[in-house]
Amino acid sequence: MDYNLGPEQLTKIEEVLQEDLMEMGVHCVIFIDMAGNIVANLDDGEIKHDVYSLAALAAGNFGAVSAMAQMIGEEDFSLLFHKGEKESIHFSKVLTDFLLIVIFGHEISLGLLRLKVTESIEKIEKVLKS
Amino acid sequence: MSFINFKKKEVQVKIVYYGPGRGGKTTNLEYIYSNFKDRIKTEMVAIKTQGDRTLFFDFLPFDMGKIKGYDVKVQLYTVPGQVKYNATRELVLRGVDGIVFVADSIEVRKEQNLHSLKNLQENLAIHKKSIFKIPLLLQYNKRDLAEQDIPLLSVETLEKSLNSKLKVPSFEASAVVGTNVIQTLKKIMSMTIISIANQLK
Ligand SMILES: Nc1nc2c(ncn2[C@@H]2O[C@H](COP(=O)(O)OP(=O)(O)OP(=O)(O)O)[C@@H](O)[C@H]2O)c(=O)[nH]1
Ligand SMILES: [Mg+2]
Repeated sequence: MDYNLGPEQLTKIEEVLQEDLMEMGVHCVIFIDMAGNIVANLDDGEIKHDVYSLAALAAGNFGAVSAMAQMIGEEDFSLLFHKGEKESIHFSKVLTDFLLIVIFGHEISLGLLRLKVTESIEKIEKVLKS
Repeated sequence: MSFINFKKKEVQVKIVYYGPGRGGKTTNLEYIYSNFKDRIKTEMVAIKTQGDRTLFFDFLPFDMGKIKGYDVKVQLYTVPGQVKYNATRELVLRGVDGIVFVADSIEVRKEQNLHSLKNLQENLAIHKKSIFKIPLLLQYNKRDLAEQDIPLLSVETLEKSLNSKLKVPSFEASAVVGTNVIQTLKKIMSMTIISIANQLK
């Protein structure tokens, strides 16, 4: 899982996350690699989550779910979703080595969020492959 | 692997404490956490069973300060040492930059230490990494038990059994008392940073 991201690529990824996700009103977006490192992180300035611990747990959790998928003969589960009282959290795989985590409130419908996440993943994958 | 954010001038480094069950990996992190409470802004994350054994991993983010203008953030992890948790051990090793192998000095744990070290070699190979190339050091833990007349493996025996081929730095330590815990951490951090800097050249 060796990769290298230049400053321009990072800027582009951050722009996509800002325009597609932050501007629709989500609380926090974290883009991580499967080792648990944070590649990019944006938030609305109001909620302060411990993003480093979140990243470590998300990478571990996703890794565990992927390993389970393989055991039962599924390719992979490409997304996970947890609904909470106040905030929900949505994980989706980007290529093989990255994970996009979005934390959002009740105001946003899951359908719209999924649509936007799919769009931004397509754009991010282009940047990663460039 | 470490992630270097050239834009934010930040480096994230992953260090994993590996070793047999009950060897003292979690205790190392707990000591580090209590010693550096003022520098660690978050809680230590521990996913464990009721009996306090590590089930998935422990996680402790640690700010190392600036090196050559870069903010170095070290992420410390432990693996679950119990044999049956190999799948999760393998996961935690993903993207590892440096390893502390915590060996148990108690005499009857000689075989467990060896098994765990072999298991580390196998799991690293799955991630296409060599135990001979990754920054690694050995910690011979629980040296304090000598005072309670518990039979311990001598340092020579430990060196011979674990370190004869690896030839990496090793420390005698006591994670409960805190002896050499911070020295172990400092040494692996500097070994890892040097290795990352060399890769960048
Ligand atoms: N006397 C003594 N006891 C220790 C030392 N380090 C750890 N212990 C004890 O050994 C037991 C196991 O320690 P842990 O830190 O939980 O071991 P671990 O390696 O994390 O074990 P797993 O999570 O099962 O892999 C605990 O009761 C500790 O208090 C030490 O240096 N000296
Ligand atoms: Mg433990």
